[in-house]
Amino acid sequence: MSRFWLWFWGLIIGVPAAAFVVWGLADNPKLFLTTGMNGLTLAALYFLVASGFTLVFGLMRNVNLAHGSLYLLGAYVGYVVGDRTGSWLMAVAAGFASAALFGLVLQVAVFRFMHGEDLRQTLVTIGLSIMMADILLWIFGGEIYQFDPPRAIYGRTLLPIVEVYPTYRLVLLAMSAAIGVLLWWFLNRTRVGMMIRAGVDDRAMLSAAGVNVQFVFAITFAIGAGLAGFAGVVGGTALSIAPGEDTRYQLASLVVVIVGGMGSVVGAAIGAILIGVAEQFGLAYAPTYSVVFTFVIMALVLAFRPQGILGRRA
Amino acid sequence: MSAADWRKAMNPGAGRYAWAGGAAGRRAGARPSAHPSPRPSPLRAEGEAAAGAAAWTRWIGRRVRARHLLVLLAVLAYPWVATPFFTFQIGAQALALGLIALSLTFLAGYGGMVSLAQMTVAGIAGYMYAIFATSGTDISLRWPWGLAVVLALVIATICATLIGWFSVRTEGIYTIMITLAIGVAFYYLAQQNYSLFNGFQGFQSVMTPAVAGVELRAPIPFYYLALFWALAGYFFVSYLLRAPFGVALQGIRDNPRRMSALGFNVTAHRVAAYAVAGVLAAIGGILMVWYNGLVSPGSVGTGWLINILIIAVLGGMRHPIGAFVGAVVFVLLQNFAVDLVGRERFNLLIGGVFLVIVLFSPDGMLGWWTQARQYLMTQLNRGPAAAPTQRRGQ
Repeated sequence: MSRFWLWFWGLIIGVPAAAFVVWGLADNPKLFLTTGMNGLTLAALYFLVASGFTLVFGLMRNVNLAHGSLYLLGAYVGYVVGDRTGSWLMAVAAGFASAALFGLVLQVAVFRFMHGEDLRQTLVTIGLSIMMADILLWIFGGEIYQFDPPRAIYGRTLLPIVEVYPTYRLVLLAMSAAIGVLLWWFLNRTRVGMMIRAGVDDRAMLSAAGVNVQFVFAITFAIGAGLAGFAGVVGGTALSIAPGEDTRYQLASLVVVIVGGMGSVVGAAIGAILIGVAEQFGLAYAPTYSVVFTFVIMALVLAFRPQGILGRRA
Repeated sequence: MSAADWRKAMNPGAGRYAWAGGAAGRRAGARPSAHPSPRPSPLRAEGEAAAGAAAWTRWIGRRVRARHLLVLLAVLAYPWVATPFFTFQIGAQALALGLIALSLTFLAGYGGMVSLAQMTVAGIAGYMYAIFATSGTDISLRWPWGLAVVLALVIATICATLIGWFSVRTEGIYTIMITLAIGVAFYYLAQQNYSLFNGFQGFQSVMTPAVAGVELRAPIPFYYLALFWALAGYFFVSYLLRAPFGVALQGIRDNPRRMSALGFNVTAHRVAAYAVAGVLAAIGGILMVWYNGLVSPGSVGTGWLINILIIAVLGGMRHPIGAFVGAVVFVLLQNFAVDLVGRERFNLLIGGVFLVIVLFSPDGMLGWWTQARQYLMTQLNRGPAAAPTQRRGQ
């Protein structure tokens, strides 16, 4: 896109957005900032789910439509463990571990045998997600579960203008940022991360260089799935866990990676912020059409940058 | 528009090439086409009426087998031997769902574009019909049902074209994701909007018209109505697949770059495929709204978006009949899952069946048929390659 068009569209989108920000701040700064904070919290949650999704896709070209089910699986397992041990941290660990293990089994037992068959993998994951949703519903029923986080991160924090804000959500924001940084460090500064990045660029070449690609796949899948399970417990604490959350986060991560660009972790962060913030502002200021905002963002990105904001052409 | 015009409109500059079943294309222009009838396409001689008639009989002799007549007789006689429950709940519902799944089979099996938004198109048609015609809600405009049907079809087709125009920017699995996102966006819109879509409630007790004193929602009339449109859709798709447009579409599925190099407008063909599939899905959607008597966000939810994919994959996407086979199996499972696994566990059952099919029989149930036939043929010592009737797809 030429510089002119960049400016043109920047103005077309930027001016109304800036006008909205000014109006919102002048009209009701508390509502505006609270909504913004909520948007960022939601974005943090979306990022946790979507980063695993995008990592798996970037490396294996495998659209794992059971990713949302991993979220729910992690959440439920985390709940059971947290209920038994009474420790929230154990619940988080169990959520991560169970989803990672399940993802590993999935990769080793199923996807290894249908390498390169995109459509078939997608269909298999759809079938799996239907079955998992029903099995989880069978075991845990339709009730809504809630976690008890440690007292230290529960309660309220005083902030300027916003006044009181749940501490846990701030913790969630910080955790998500930390995970993002950790992921960046892992991908950019470690040997396995290097292999994963090389695999995203050229899988065949990586294999030719003597790397056990199967091993890299398994690691990536485990991390991606584990992040979804982690998000299940962390998100379940911020909101709640109930049947149907799997579809919700599956779709959120889909939209986030479509906007941010497939296979890019930074793209997932940008997409998550855009979608999370848009969703919350939509809910606060135009409840009937809040979905439409998400959709408009997706449509705009598709229209001008089909591969996503930071995506590369496949 | 005739087939030749189609090609001209689609491929400015490609008209000179006699590629892509061009043999069929050149002659296809001689007769009015794009009409849902089982008319022959790849004929040797056509033009003079006499030759045409001879060709017709030859075509029928070549194409129509005993099993085709048997199936036709069976579906026609079905409501007279089946109970009203089997006629309406099983037969008619399977036909209507099959029509929607057929639109996906056409798009995915022959166009290479797996769209999960086909149920959305059907739902838009249903919603539009409910809005324009009569229902239990005040939003309904209570216009004549014929007008409402036409408006619903037109609007749904336009929406399908727009969805197509959006999603053809992407390929392969991206298409699945974008159509899924579009479908779910519509679901939430329908759920949250009260002024047009009546929110969570949707439209209850949508009136089914009565033609000449015959209540269309009665089991037997509705069965025949659904059967008529299912057959029309089936023959239309079968015809289209052998027409220049369909052949070009399959070429695009197999190698878009080569088709583009040959001068075919790949994007226009794909969008047109979405439009065609949209018409089929819209008809199916109106049938579904008559069948259910209601349309609500639940009828366009994620579950149903996926169900249409399940139906198409269960049957197999290599042949248009697969959609209806899948629909029959799906509806049977849906109704009798209670006896097998209990009412609550239907999703587990259908998910499991779907998984088994996807893992072990990529061609769906039609794959079993082909395999069984090949096996029988080899057993009968008549050679395994006994005229495969299905195109190799995917």
